Amino acid sequence: MADALSPSPPAPGDDAAYDDVLTIAGRPLRSRLLLGTGGFPSLEVMAEAIAASDSELVTVALRRVDPTARGSLIDVLADAGVQLLPNTAGCHTARDAVLTARLAREAFATGWVKLEVIGDEDTLLPDAPELLRAAEELLDDGFVVLPYTTDDPVLARRLADLGCAAVMPLGSPIGSGMGIRNPYNIALIREAVDVPVVLDAGIGTASDAALAMELGCDAVMAASAISRAQDPVAMARAMRAAVQAGRLAHGAGRIPRRLYATASTPDEGLAAF
Amino acid sequence: MIVLNGEHSDVRAGETVVAVLARLGLGLDARGVAVAVDGEVVPRASWDSFALAEDARVEVLTAMQGG
Repeated sequence: MADALSPSPPAPGDDAAYDDVLTIAGRPLRSRLLLGTGGFPSLEVMAEAIAASDSELVTVALRRVDPTARGSLIDVLADAGVQLLPNTAGCHTARDAVLTARLAREAFATGWVKLEVIGDEDTLLPDAPELLRAAEELLDDGFVVLPYTTDDPVLARRLADLGCAAVMPLGSPIGSGMGIRNPYNIALIREAVDVPVVLDAGIGTASDAALAMELGCDAVMAASAISRAQDPVAMARAMRAAVQAGRLAHGAGRIPRRLYATASTPDEGLAAF
Repeated sequence: MIVLNGEHSDVRAGETVVAVLARLGLGLDARGVAVAVDGEVVPRASWDSFALAEDARVEVLTAMQGG
């Protein structure tokens, strides 16, 4: 690979490469932006941000019922017409993650799960062996598994080989807003697996989302970057545009990087004074 | 003593999951709710028949903002 940051453009005339419909586990998605629902100041702002983002797939967590809670997240999301993607956030073992996924399937009538198995409290980085164990068990049980993983291409390939419907590598730690710390690995992951790659975690602002798409990712997942922005609805709009721009730029094929200038205006016909 | 969502409750052995849900203001038709007893899923279809044992640990979960 000459330059991991300059993936080969699709062949001219290959319409499929420009087809903007993403398919995960047979489900077509017009939007390549997945939205996390955590961190919004209110359900109203969340609903507005979902609409502005145009996202069709949004994550929810499973927590103990709070009889004093106001408003129903489920009702708001149903009104928004989005598909739920339950996560296993907060689980530290394969056992807990598998049970949480099964409860989510019961609660939300979906076999889709964003599988998270956390190995470290400070960085919230995935626990690779537990993640593989949980993925295998859930796949055996018929789940559509979208694992949150590190930016390790080998682990991503192992997850894809098990039968995961997509892989969701991190750009940097959850909620850190540090962007994509190892773009070369993300590009390698795109080459290593045949399933969709969804850049998850670390997105801080729109340019991070655009970069993910330029690297060849099939979609981007954003949560805190939108929900904790000063204006979440405006940021949702920005992310939507960035994902589209990055996707188009990836398909268009960027120019190679050069150390020296290449004049864009020809010298021919230059006046002599 | 039956533990409901991590706290001791007045639920007694022999009561069903439905009785537990009622204490949380939820009915059989509660949307987006799942129940685990002692680390096992109790399917919705069994809520009205599943009787709790002494010292059962019951988790009643629902959707929260996250991810």
